[in-house]
Amino acid sequence: MMAAKEEDKMAVAGDGCCLRPFSCEQGLLSRPDGSAAFLQGDTSVLAGLYGPAEVKGSKELPDRAALEVLLRPKVGLPGVVERSREQLLRQTCEAVVLGALHPRTAITLVLQVMNDAGSLLSCCLNAACMGLLDAGLPLSSLFCGVTCALDANGAIVLDPTTRQEQEARAVLTFAIDSAERKVLMATTKGSCSVEEMQQCLAAAQRAADTIFQFYRDSVRRRYSKS
Amino acid sequence: FRTVEPLEYYRRFLKENCRPDGRELGEFRATTVNIGSITTADGSALVKLGNTTVICGVKAELAAPAADSANKGYIVPNVELPSLCSTRFRSGPPGEEAQAVSQFIADVIENSQMIAKEDLCIANGKLAWVLYCDIICLDYDGNILDASTFALLAALKNVQLPSVTLNEETGLSEVNLKQKNPLTIRKHPVATSFAIFDDTLLIVDPTAEEEDLATGTVTIVTDDEGRLCSVHKPGGSPLTGAKLQDCITRAITRHKEVKKLIDKVIKSIKPK
Repeated sequence: MMAAKEEDKMAVAGDGCCLRPFSCEQGLLSRPDGSAAFLQGDTSVLAGLYGPAEVKGSKELPDRAALEVLLRPKVGLPGVVERSREQLLRQTCEAVVLGALHPRTAITLVLQVMNDAGSLLSCCLNAACMGLLDAGLPLSSLFCGVTCALDANGAIVLDPTTRQEQEARAVLTFAIDSAERKVLMATTKGSCSVEEMQQCLAAAQRAADTIFQFYRDSVRRRYSKS
Repeated sequence: FRTVEPLEYYRRFLKENCRPDGRELGEFRATTVNIGSITTADGSALVKLGNTTVICGVKAELAAPAADSANKGYIVPNVELPSLCSTRFRSGPPGEEAQAVSQFIADVIENSQMIAKEDLCIANGKLAWVLYCDIICLDYDGNILDASTFALLAALKNVQLPSVTLNEETGLSEVNLKQKNPLTIRKHPVATSFAIFDDTLLIVDPTAEEEDLATGTVTIVTDDEGRLCSVHKPGGSPLTGAKLQDCITRAITRHKEVKKLIDKVIKSIKPK
C-alpha cells in the first residue's frame, strides 16, 4: 500500500482561532486491513483496523458487525479513563459503520497513543475515521473530532495544547459528521454556560469543514499516485 | 408481538407520543429517595427511579494528601453493576459499562466542583479526608447515570464527618466521634438522560428495554445556576444543535424538580 503524506496548515478566520498543523499517513502498517496515523500539532495517534473478521461465539451479533475498540495509552496499562474513551469511540464508530452489511463478523479498531500534547480524544477520532477509510469499510458518513477549550475570559480556543487545556475553564470535544454537520459525540470537562456550549459547537462545525476538506485532499492525493 | 418485533411495537406507541408504560415522551418515572439507611457508612442514600434501584454509601477515611496538591483531599467514586441487577452483567472484574459510569461520575464530581477538595484537608500536607463513594446498582432498568448521580448527591448531603485534630507533639490524629459536621456541598449537579429513536425522537428517562432499542443516548448534567457540568453523548445517531438545546432546557426543568425533592427529604430527617 502506498503511503500518502500531507502537510496542511488550516486557519479558521473570524474568531481568531486556528487548528494546529495536521498531517496524516495511511496504509503504513502491513498486517492490519486498514491503518492510519494522524498528527495534530505534536499529538499523534496510530490506528489499526482489522475487519470484518471471524468473531468469537459470545460476541457474535446476528444482524450486524460487532465493533470493538482498544485504546492503548502511551505509558502504563489501560485504566478506567481509557475504557470510557473506548466506549465513546465505539459508539461513534457504530453510528457510522454500516454494520448490517456484515452480520456475524467482528471489526476491531486498535488505537495507540504515540504522543499526547493536547486534544487527544479528537486526534483519536480523526485517526479512527482515516483508518476506517483506509480499510474500505462501508460508512454512512465520515466524522471528525474537534476539541474546544474555553479559557478564563470565555474566549474559544480550538485544538488546544496540553497547557491550554489545563488552564482552561472547560474543554469540550465534539465528533461532527460529514453529511449534515450534526453532533455525533459530545463530551465536556469543566462547567460552562449553555450559550458558551452552543458557540463552541458552532466553532467546531466550522472547523469540521476544514478537516473534511483535508480528508478529501488526502484520499485524492493517495489514489492519484497509485 | 412485543417479544417478536419490539421495535415495531415501540414505534406504534411513539407515533401516538406516548410509551408502553403510559408515560409521555417527556415524563420521568416516579423518583423516591431514602437517606441514611446504612448506619455503618458515614453517609448513604437509596434512590429508586421507577424500577432502577441504586444505593450509594460514603465512607470517610484519613490519608496523607498527594505531594503536588498538599491542601486537597480525595473523592473516589466507584460504580458497581453486579450480576444481581441484570442478566447482562457477569460476575468478575468490572465490565466496560461499569467503568464508563464510574468515569462519568468522577467527571461530574470534578466538573461541577460540588465539593471543594480543599474543604477535605485537615492539616496541610499531613492529613486529609478520603471519601470513598460506593455506588451499587441493585436493579437495572435503564437510566443508571441519572440514578447514580442522584444517589451520590443525596448520600453526600447526608455525610457527617467527625472533627479531627492533629496532635502536634505525637503526630497522631485524634478523632472526636461525638462532634460531627456535615459536608459543605457547593453545587448540586443533576443528570438527565435522553434516548434517541430513529434519529429524530427524543425520550426522557429510558427504561432498559428502550435503551436497547434506542439508536443513541444523551446525558446532560446541570447545576443550580443552569450551567452545564457535562454533556455526555457517547456516539449514537447524530443530533442537531437545536435538538441538543431542547434537551438542555428539559434538563434545567428536571434539575428544579430534583432539587425540591432532595431539600424535602433532607428537611424531613433533620430533627434527630
